[in-house]
Amino acid sequence: MAIEVRIPTILRNLTDGAKAVEGKGDTLDELFTDLDTRHPGLRDRLVDDKGLRKFVNVYLNDEDVRFLGGLDTQVADGDNVTVLPAVAGG
Amino acid sequence: MLTIERALVEKIIAHARADHPDEACGIIAGPVGSDRPVRYVAMVNAERSPTFYRFDSQEQLKVWREMDDRDEEPVVIYHSHTATEAYPSRTDISYASEPDAHYVLVSTREEDDTEFRSFRIVDGEVSEEEVTIVDAFEA
Repeated sequence: MAIEVRIPTILRNLTDGAKAVEGKGDTLDELFTDLDTRHPGLRDRLVDDKGLRKFVNVYLNDEDVRFLGGLDTQVADGDNVTVLPAVAGG
Repeated sequence: MLTIERALVEKIIAHARADHPDEACGIIAGPVGSDRPVRYVAMVNAERSPTFYRFDSQEQLKVWREMDDRDEEPVVIYHSHTATEAYPSRTDISYASEPDAHYVLVSTREEDDTEFRSFRIVDGEVSEEEVTIVDAFEA
C-alpha cells in the first residue's frame, strides 16, 4: 500500500509524464520529501520556505489541506492526494 | 487561433457584466486534444474582488474531476478585467499554469462595449491570438 498522488499536467515533466505517482510518509511534508527522491524538483514546486506554495492547491481525499493541517496534515496508506495549480490572476 | 461559438462568447460577456465591478471567471471545457471549447462552466471568484480572481479550490477540484471523467480539458480559461484593458496582467502571467489553454480576457470598463481577446501564456510569455466567432461548429 502507498499514497497515490495525482500530478497536474504542468508538473508531469518531473514525473516522466505520469498522471499519478506513489509515495509514503506520515505527513504531507514527509510524503513530498519522499516523492522528491524519485522525482527531483517536485517538492520545490509545491513547497517554499513558508510552507505550501500559495498558488498550489493540494487535496487529501478531496479536502483542501489548507483547511486540514497544511504540510503537517497526517496521511496514511490508501489516501489519495491531488495536486492542482490554482487558477488565479489579477 | 481560438475558434468559439457565438453563444459561448455571449455567456462569458453576460457573466462578466453580471459580476462587474468584481472580476468574473470560468472555463469552457472541451474534448482532450480537440481545441474545441464546448461545455461552459462559470466559476465562483473566491476573491470577489475588482482586481483579483481565484477559482474556489473546492469547486475547482469538482470541475477538474468532471473533466477527467469526461476526457475533457479546460480549452478556455476566462476572466474579466473591470477597469483595465483585456490584456493579461503581471499576476495573470505569473500564475498561468495551463500551457494548452486559451486564456480569454474580457474588459467591462466601457459600459456599452466589451473587449474580448484571447492569449496563450506559456513559460511567462504572452502571445495574443486571433479569435474567430462562428455560429456553430461544422460537424
